[in-house]
Amino acid sequence: MDFLNALILLSNFVIVPSITYGSQLALGAIGVTLIYGILRFANFAYGDLMAFGTMCVILFTWLLKSWGVNLGIFPTALLALPFGITLTIIVSLFFDKTVFEYYRNKKSSPVTFIVVSLGIMFVLNAVVRIIIGPNDIVFMDGSRFIISAVDFKEATGLLEGLTIKSTQVITIITTSLTCFLLFNFLNKTKTGKSMRAYSNNEDLALLSGIDPNKIILITWIIASILATIAGTLYGLDKSFKPFTYFNNLLPIFAATIVGGIGNPLGAFYGGFVIAFSEIALTYAYKKFIFYLLPFSSDSTNLIQYISTDYKFAISFAILVVVLIFKPQGIFKGKVI
Amino acid sequence: MNNIDAKTSFTIMGFLLLIVGILQSWGVAFSILNLCLISAIMSMGVNIQWGFAGLINFGVMGFLAIGGLATVLISVPPVVESWSAGGLGILLSLIFLILIIYACLFINKRYSKYKYKYHLIFAIIILTIPVLKLISGPSIKLIESINPAAQGYLGGLGLPIIFSWFVGGLLSAALAFVIGKICLGLRSDYLAISTLLISGIIVSVIKHEEWLSRGVKNVIGLKRPAPYEVDLQNSEWFINLIEIIHFWSPTTKGIIISSSGIFVKICFSVIFLITLLILLYLSERAVNSPWGRMMRAIRDNETAAKAMGKNIVKQQLNIFMIGSAIIGFAGAMLVTYDGLFTPSSYQPLRYTFLIWVMVLLGGSGNNYGAILGGFVVWFIWIESAPIALFLINIFTFFLENENIFKIHLIESVPYFRYLMMGVGLLLVMRYKPEGLLPEKKIKF
Repeated sequence: MDFLNALILLSNFVIVPSITYGSQLALGAIGVTLIYGILRFANFAYGDLMAFGTMCVILFTWLLKSWGVNLGIFPTALLALPFGITLTIIVSLFFDKTVFEYYRNKKSSPVTFIVVSLGIMFVLNAVVRIIIGPNDIVFMDGSRFIISAVDFKEATGLLEGLTIKSTQVITIITTSLTCFLLFNFLNKTKTGKSMRAYSNNEDLALLSGIDPNKIILITWIIASILATIAGTLYGLDKSFKPFTYFNNLLPIFAATIVGGIGNPLGAFYGGFVIAFSEIALTYAYKKFIFYLLPFSSDSTNLIQYISTDYKFAISFAILVVVLIFKPQGIFKGKVI
Repeated sequence: MNNIDAKTSFTIMGFLLLIVGILQSWGVAFSILNLCLISAIMSMGVNIQWGFAGLINFGVMGFLAIGGLATVLISVPPVVESWSAGGLGILLSLIFLILIIYACLFINKRYSKYKYKYHLIFAIIILTIPVLKLISGPSIKLIESINPAAQGYLGGLGLPIIFSWFVGGLLSAALAFVIGKICLGLRSDYLAISTLLISGIIVSVIKHEEWLSRGVKNVIGLKRPAPYEVDLQNSEWFINLIEIIHFWSPTTKGIIISSSGIFVKICFSVIFLITLLILLYLSERAVNSPWGRMMRAIRDNETAAKAMGKNIVKQQLNIFMIGSAIIGFAGAMLVTYDGLFTPSSYQPLRYTFLIWVMVLLGGSGNNYGAILGGFVVWFIWIESAPIALFLINIFTFFLENENIFKIHLIESVPYFRYLMMGVGLLLVMRYKPEGLLPEKKIKF
């Protein structure tokens, strides 16, 4: 019985939250990695692109709600997602045409691209804050819990109640679906294969008649779709705040590099590695140990490896370790 | 656009500040000037790394925060109760920390051929963190419980605050040494990402180690190298001075109060200006020396420099440390000017990327360019709100004042500065990638 209690506790506070957070990071990391693989630069504007996409989704959610449209137990944001994605794609392509294309044709250095993406970061940052403001916005509606602690306790008689929020399930299902479609696209279709070829060796790809403009167009489209989905899922799960989205760029970069930059499957795993280590290392295991040990202890020690304040620092530390010892990433695999 | 020379551009800048002084107020003009001077020093630091050595450092925020921490550690008087309560524990854990670091370095050197060397070091670090927490935990709790509303930390050394600028520089240089050892071998984009993330770690340490820096509770009322307003208002000579300057009408209490504020700001301006000029002189000398030429050679062609027998890793580490020291120095100056240390205000957008915009806009590879960039960007950063308000009012003149759209726009005026920065950076990168004052090409 105690073992079950401990397991539920772990699932509530470590396992399910890390899978959810990991999925959100994974989607973002795949987007960053695709841009890096095809366009060959680290896009610092990606966090703000996520914020922009989420903002569009929120605006459409409000619009739909004002018309009285909703999805019942599901959040209305899911219905607004396609509209948000469309707007984000348009914005990405606009910036590609007006900004990145020029430097691509000039074959500028990666550093120039980084600097330019900083400029876009500032612009998107401003646009989001001007349109929707800098404050916290909760746009989750529909039912909150799939399994709530109280019901679970009543049904089973255990001391700990298993809690699964509906946003967590939505995140996991959406991520699995998106990744399934994406990896099928990259591995099975001709366009996907040509994308991988282009990322692997640009000259050979051009030689075999692959149209670079088409590849770049599709990369931006996929990256924008992923950014919007990841941002919306994060916003549904927690809340929407432009500044948090900018900060999320850092663990996403960490996930990308841990998985090997330019490698989507690695980025996918990298997201989970970062999320699990962030949450598992900062969780206070006091109660968990209390259930498992036969004797009870009333020490004030929380049995926490590192204080929660250092949540972000953990992912950065992992990244630094990876960069020093294995700059190609810890997951061996094909470059996209 | 032709290249404007340094003199004209700085004259224009001076005129702009003059206009602010006349239209808004002299207090605003001088506080803009002071922050322009500090920003100029920051961007000089980044320029040394990026413009002269081509090292991309996105960790500016971390070095500024370390400089700010130095002001607390040097100028604040020590909290005796805290030292007697938990000082011993903190010292013990510090010794323990140093021992761990030495152990890691020792293993790294002694067993340099051993296959599982890094696994061993990694295991040591992972295992010793809980021990470190166990040693320091009780004393940290004790320290933080002593007068938590005003103190709850160890305090500093109680020295004059000017010292802390140099200490800030030294601490930054030491930190840059560690970061440089780890990251400088990386590719440019990896260097950018990893320095950004490391600066995040530094700020989170400063934010959360309350026994050291009071963390998010902030340290207020730091010392100043300039007189205090209240003292000025009560001193005979100052009132006489104001009466002489303000000869056309009788001096009232209000005038004395407002002019004491301006006087303090002028004092700061003089100190900052002298610092800037000294740094500029040193930097110009360094850049035009054989060493400076070597650095540019390394930047432009690493392989050729290597072939000439230059130790590139060492030189890059040197310049990374020098640049970071200047950034840390500026960080200490900034906190001194603000008079308070607020760790939670360190955000990458304001303290890393804005400084980068200054360097890129002003002209990387040219000290005058970096300084001009600091001035221009800070001026726009502050004055963009009034400008945006003005533009909004012009473009929405056909709407009534109660229009929701107009009200929303006016409420979001503070965020137009990000837009201006972004658009400005994009335009400069596109049409004048070498910046306002480009690097002087030396002809032989």
